[in-house]
Amino acid sequence: MALVETRPVNRIKQNLWDKSYIPEIVRGLAITTRHFFRNMNPDKSQRSTFTREYPEVPTVYPERYRGLHRLMLRADGQVRCVACMCCSTICPADCIHIEAAEHDDPAIEKYPRVFVIDELRCIVCGLCVEACPCDAIRMDGGVHIPPYTERGAAFFDRDLLMERGGLSLAVQGGESK
Amino acid sequence: MVEVLITVIKIVAIVFVFAMGVASLMTLLGDRKQSAKIQNRVGPNQAKFFGFSLGGIPHFIADGIKMILKENTMPNGANKWLHTLAPALIFFPALVGWAVIPFMDHYCTGSVRTLADYTEVCIDGEWKNYFSIMHSDAGLLFAFAIAAVSVYGAAIAGWASNNKFSLLGGLRSSAQMISYEVSMGLSLAGVLMIYGTLNLNEMVRAQGYLFGGWLPMWGIVVQPLAFFLFFLAGLAETKRAPFDLPEDESVIVAGYITEYSSMKFAIMQLSEYVATVFIAALIAILFLGGWQVPFLYADGIRFLGNHWQPFAENPDLWYYFTIMLRIGAMVLKVLFLVWLQFMMRWTLPRFRYDQVMTLGWKILLPLSIANLFITALILTIL
Repeated sequence: MALVETRPVNRIKQNLWDKSYIPEIVRGLAITTRHFFRNMNPDKSQRSTFTREYPEVPTVYPERYRGLHRLMLRADGQVRCVACMCCSTICPADCIHIEAAEHDDPAIEKYPRVFVIDELRCIVCGLCVEACPCDAIRMDGGVHIPPYTERGAAFFDRDLLMERGGLSLAVQGGESK
Repeated sequence: MVEVLITVIKIVAIVFVFAMGVASLMTLLGDRKQSAKIQNRVGPNQAKFFGFSLGGIPHFIADGIKMILKENTMPNGANKWLHTLAPALIFFPALVGWAVIPFMDHYCTGSVRTLADYTEVCIDGEWKNYFSIMHSDAGLLFAFAIAAVSVYGAAIAGWASNNKFSLLGGLRSSAQMISYEVSMGLSLAGVLMIYGTLNLNEMVRAQGYLFGGWLPMWGIVVQPLAFFLFFLAGLAETKRAPFDLPEDESVIVAGYITEYSSMKFAIMQLSEYVATVFIAALIAILFLGGWQVPFLYADGIRFLGNHWQPFAENPDLWYYFTIMLRIGAMVLKVLFLVWLQFMMRWTLPRFRYDQVMTLGWKILLPLSIANLFITALILTIL
């Protein structure tokens, strides 16, 4: 004979007063009324609204936020990047396009002839910065990628990225100083 | 001629300034701003008037302009005549009901004296009806009749739209309004027995009585259960949440309003808000003392048998002051009740349709009959 396993559920017995829902309605009304009057407080810091009034009030970024890309420079002003393709390989959004070229200086093996970041595809994960072996690409804190009105303006090329860059304290490509 | 002019002024002030003004502000402040405050949001504040958002009030002008400029569409196969007629059929009763709402006692051309049983009599003059559009001895019946008529508009709008959702909405609203009309009327029968009149102004006058010299005998004190029943039935009657089944957006899109656009949509929405304010006014008059301010009478302040007479040398000044306070009290009571209805709307989840019917027929109706019976018993014994 097959037995059906049942599990008894301990239901809370409601008495007539609970079933009338009056206590619960009063409780709910008390909660909504409390929120209503708290958010009517003329002192805005006392309110519990979560809304950010963004265009009027600038957003405060977290301290460790990193957003806008830049390419760092060598001491003589050339790009630090050695076109090793680490960043474009690790990029999950596939937004970095690099064309490497041979450098005239025999001490420098390669340099990026073309270095374009599609900022609309970028997901701001920061993996390119992590992957870079020679501190050539960085992301800046406190600044977000500016808005564009046309698609072409979202492609940040090498010169634009270098304009934002600066000198790095790191040693370039294994050279000892 | 003067009489006609006064009537016109009364109609404009009560219907078009007060009722319509409150209702159209409610579309914004009640529905959008209040819900935002309850849900920790900011609410609409981007429509600005010379750079000031003014608590979002310019939005309702923006909404009006938007509504007027929108295309007025009509579905294929709709009955053009009825589809156009329905908004008017909803709007008309919402406004006509205001004819019997008294915002103040009649104006006395002579001097007012308050008797020992707290009734005010007019000496050396007569009562002039300046603060309600119509002085009718069947005021309450008129209000109920008019409120019941608005079901035709909803039903016709639902049928004429040639849309299943609209038809369902129309059917739901007619079933709901007819069901709750019954308990609404029966819950008031006890109140009628106590006051012995259908005249709304006389009812408010009767509520000026102070029991033991300190407790105002408002309807809510005499008939607390009836107040509760009437408030619930009123919520259901005006199709406010948690009883907004006729426009249950997650089930039947927008009910009988689904196929309406442009100003026709706005009129239907607005008349629902006017009906809300109207029910609030009725509750204020029947249960919260209408224009009565506790302890304040046209010839002074009375409390525990004491009688103060401010401005004793100039009774007229005190009379005008009383009129202002009483109109203010009436308006405040209405606004408070509208606010409370919106709080209910943003607190409670919507009922299932069978629960609405169960509540109406199996709970509210027996309770109101019991209330009527007990009231009759007590009145007979006393």
